[in-house]
Amino acid sequence: MALLEVKRLHASYGHTRVLHGIDFAMDEGSITALLGANGAGKTTTLRAVCGMVRTEGELRFGGESIAKRRTEDIARLGIAHVPDGRGTFLNLSTEENLRLGAYTRRDRKAVEADLERMYGYFPRLKERRRQQAGTLSGGEQQMLAVSRALMLAPRLMLLDEPSFGLAPLLVRELFLILRRINELERVSLLLVEQNAAMALDLADHAYLMETGRVVLAGKSSELKSNDAVRRSYLGY
Amino acid sequence: MDAFLFQVLAGLATGGIYASLALALVMIYQATHLVNFAQGEMAMFTTYIAWSLINAGMPYWPAFLLTVGFAFVLGVLIERIIIRPVEDAPVLAVVVVFIALLVILNSTAGWIYTYTIKSFPSPFPKEPLFGIRYMSAHEIGAICVTLVVLSLLYAFFRFTPLGLAMRAAAQNAQSSRLVGIRVGWMLALGWGLAAAVGAVAGMMVAPIVYLDPNMMGGILLYAFAAALLGGIDSPMGAVIGGFAVGVLENVLGAFVIGNELKLTVALVLIIGVLLVRPSGIFGKVHVTRV
Repeated sequence: MALLEVKRLHASYGHTRVLHGIDFAMDEGSITALLGANGAGKTTTLRAVCGMVRTEGELRFGGESIAKRRTEDIARLGIAHVPDGRGTFLNLSTEENLRLGAYTRRDRKAVEADLERMYGYFPRLKERRRQQAGTLSGGEQQMLAVSRALMLAPRLMLLDEPSFGLAPLLVRELFLILRRINELERVSLLLVEQNAAMALDLADHAYLMETGRVVLAGKSSELKSNDAVRRSYLGY
Repeated sequence: MDAFLFQVLAGLATGGIYASLALALVMIYQATHLVNFAQGEMAMFTTYIAWSLINAGMPYWPAFLLTVGFAFVLGVLIERIIIRPVEDAPVLAVVVVFIALLVILNSTAGWIYTYTIKSFPSPFPKEPLFGIRYMSAHEIGAICVTLVVLSLLYAFFRFTPLGLAMRAAAQNAQSSRLVGIRVGWMLALGWGLAAAVGAVAGMMVAPIVYLDPNMMGGILLYAFAAALLGGIDSPMGAVIGGFAVGVLENVLGAFVIGNELKLTVALVLIIGVLLVRPSGIFGKVHVTRV
């Protein structure tokens, strides 16, 4: 059974339809990438999964329907979201931001251990643990957003452009960390990324979106060798 | 010198009450970015509840605790039933709702309890505490109660996960939902806490100003001045502002402008702060990177 199953999903902001019936599915423990140009509906797809926009169609997580559920209830099922714009709690400290990620968890010892693990992944965050998060640099806030999502101990993690605003070296490091989390803890990742080459390297499967529709789907290796994808998104 | 000291200390006592109410205002403001004009009337109404309980023969402190609990429930209900439906309404619509709430609570209290001024008991002894002759026992007691309430609130917001979640919900609802916080309930809880703090302020001030449906009008104005002086988004500022306004009001009233013009101090302060430093003394000018 698929971990996340999306069927004929429509989504709209007010009267404007943004998704026109998209279908995709991902297995537990897999990494899936959503690719496409600006305005293709990638961010909206992630928002739809989290109940942040009005949707029609089928949304199933672990076999359970999550369409029409509230965002906070979906988060409690184990879906963490690194949102577009990072969603930092600007006036709280770095550590408070991280602790909020674990708000729904009751296993206190594991939370403390996870906090140290995040500081291990991103030592910069440890240096700034008492600092107001709004004063962190864009890259640091991006690390914070990823760590905050991981603190939920999610089954599925939605990542909206995690490489945005990060220096190239840090992007590579972040992707290594994401792979490690996926392999060691079997956290499934649904990734929206502008950097198609890196996304295809990380993901097992990928979906190519254009103006609110899925136009191409397949294994990452297949998409990488697809001529159209190569020319439009990989640039060689 | 003695007279001066006397006024300063008396000012601290009422200042503590302004501080509590100012803190209640700040708590609601942080969550909704609006000033709850009905905060004073909510405090007044719950003080009447305490009066009823005590008159029915209940000892003071159980009545006190029961009233605080009742105020909390009242605050939660007001948020859920009256404020929730206008959550996304324009600012002015919400302000009108606040004023309606003020009028409804005021006239309901008048209808049930009449507008006759009533005396309200103090839980503290008549003779001065610890031989301090500058302050009455009630003034010292009120300051202590205020400080206890403020410390409890501080500890709650600073050290408990629920307190942290409430702060988070107040400043970034979307991100809060994404980590599983039930934002709606956090706001209702905030209203409940604010109402409970207001109830304590009401019960502490009632022995001084006596109980009547309009008792909180002037006090809310001082509290508003205190919140603005400290910075409307700073709980710490509200508390310090409260004590400062209390002292200022008393000293100026006694020595400079006379008792009749005391309330003017609050109005001048409000205008002065808004003109000179709208963010108040402790209000943060938030640093944000883009």
